[in-house]
Amino acid sequence: MTKLAPVLSAHWDEKDSFTIDAYTRNGGYKASKKALAMDPDAVIQLVKDSGLRGRGGAGFPTGMKWGFIPQGDNKDHYLVVNADESEPGTCKDMPLLLANPHVLVEGCIIACHAIRAKYAFIYIRGEVTHVVRRLNQAIEDAYKAGHLGNGIELVLHVGAGAYICGEETALLDSLEGFRGQPRLRPPFPAIAGLYARPTVVNNVESISSVPAIINNGAEWYQSMGTEKSKGTTLYSLSGHVKNPGQFEAPLGITLREILELSGGIRAGHTLKFWTPGGSSTPLFTSDHLDVPLDYEGVSAAGSMLGTKALQIFDETTCVVRAVLRWTEFYKHESCGKCTPCREGTWWLVQILRDLEAGKGTEADLAKLLDLCDNIMGRSFCALGDGATSPITSSIKYFRDEYIAHLTNGACPFDPAASTLFEGANK
Amino acid sequence: MSFSDKDLATMESIISRYPRSRSAIMPLLHYAQSLAGYVTNESIELIAKLLALETAEVTAVSTFYTQYKRKPVGEYHVGVCTNTLCAVMGGDAIFAGLKEHLGIENDGVTTDGKVSLEHIECNAACDYAPVVMANWEFYDNQTVQSAKDLVDGMRAGNPPAPTRGPNTLVTWKEASAVLAGINDGKANEGLQAGTPSLLGLKLSKEGK
Repeated sequence: MTKLAPVLSAHWDEKDSFTIDAYTRNGGYKASKKALAMDPDAVIQLVKDSGLRGRGGAGFPTGMKWGFIPQGDNKDHYLVVNADESEPGTCKDMPLLLANPHVLVEGCIIACHAIRAKYAFIYIRGEVTHVVRRLNQAIEDAYKAGHLGNGIELVLHVGAGAYICGEETALLDSLEGFRGQPRLRPPFPAIAGLYARPTVVNNVESISSVPAIINNGAEWYQSMGTEKSKGTTLYSLSGHVKNPGQFEAPLGITLREILELSGGIRAGHTLKFWTPGGSSTPLFTSDHLDVPLDYEGVSAAGSMLGTKALQIFDETTCVVRAVLRWTEFYKHESCGKCTPCREGTWWLVQILRDLEAGKGTEADLAKLLDLCDNIMGRSFCALGDGATSPITSSIKYFRDEYIAHLTNGACPFDPAASTLFEGANK
Repeated sequence: MSFSDKDLATMESIISRYPRSRSAIMPLLHYAQSLAGYVTNESIELIAKLLALETAEVTAVSTFYTQYKRKPVGEYHVGVCTNTLCAVMGGDAIFAGLKEHLGIENDGVTTDGKVSLEHIECNAACDYAPVVMANWEFYDNQTVQSAKDLVDGMRAGNPPAPTRGPNTLVTWKEASAVLAGINDGKANEGLQAGTPSLLGLKLSKEGK
């Protein structure tokens, strides 16, 4: 039976896939035409019925989010698309926008109609010049073709290198022209979002999934995936594998299946640890190869589906080094607004640096876990929570490796063995 | 520096994109970098004036985001991903190799002003690791040698083209204008997708 099911990625192999001509040739902008002729509430109901859930990590039902926008309130409503893809390991939205920016533009038109918004913004990370070009051109061409500008305005807003702006309320502050720091919730964006107006914030992949749902119907989407995780999604395989890449499949596929399809771990090596959905999702090991990669399956196994960023590390990789580097990332990206995250990530780095250098003591492991306990659930936003995931999960599965650094007085691994160009898989 | 009438007109058109003017701070800062190469005090004063803000408010935004530079960078700004996955797969070796080869440290600029170097966080191209960015264009699957060749090309005035990007590498100032939302007409250049992006689709067509 076919395991892969390209929908979003179906036409990426056509050389001109990013142009409006190619998109229209492949049936593009039919869904928006159809949706604009429907009652907005019927569009919301259709998306609810499809079972589509947020692809940015949280998995919140997209149609329900749209339904939260108060109607008849005589206020402006806004759609904001989160294209600030920055979670370590996550690399699905950028190739999607490079290959097919129009599917997002069309999704924005449909979503704006559903939530009665006249303005949509796409907040894209700033470190991707060519993706910005493609999206900007797509928006220009959609205006010229009359898809935009007839009651729906779409503005591309380019970020400037702050991971925290992937957090939806920090993104809104950034879009309003402030430092990107998260807001206290409630009020949620559906009530008071951009400019304190009702706002839907959705991930690129969520909005891009909508045109196909309008075209093919909720039942078609429902027919793929698992009981509570419907449809197809992009799984991004990276790291010590023979063939990294994007794999669009129904939710619920396992890492074992993806590895079997793609050629497995790099030759002569074995799987050591992996992330199911970016660095903020607790690590898995080779014991988790058969976990269904849907929202419920990954959660039941002690992690989170997140962004489906499958980062694979083989036995040459020092888990302490890997975790230290992620922790340095969280420290650097902490916005400084709340104490547990700002101070906590700083201390986590200090302790992990000592441990990696073989200079700490076993009591430092307890201290790390205690610090994590004081950051998790006590930070202003999920960045602090995410910072603790690699630490607590790595100590759970690889405590002996931390101890080995201490008994050895140094890191027992050769970093050259993990590189692609000096390792066995040259 | 002074701003031409054309610069001012562009800045007004950037402001007009938004329902509320303050939202234009970020594209205006990108635009300022396209003029001077970095965010100068003069550009902060101008942006504050255009948006009816205090200079401190604009400065606060400009210092929050790492892509805004408060001092000159090279004509080609090179970012080496040293987040975990790229670091492990070779990013650390590439970054060390470039520092030695160029004789500069993190955030340094070569004396000829051609190349600046920075270690960066995950750049959403992990299936192409190790990744190097130049003026925020993708250079995929790099090695220590290919990265040295890249910066040598920059210093000689003929850098190789990005892996997934336009046919030629644009300068830092030109890239900054693109990030300010100005169309440079190069959107149709380059690949629609690299091999890893297409792997799942290819396997699906083979019946998998």
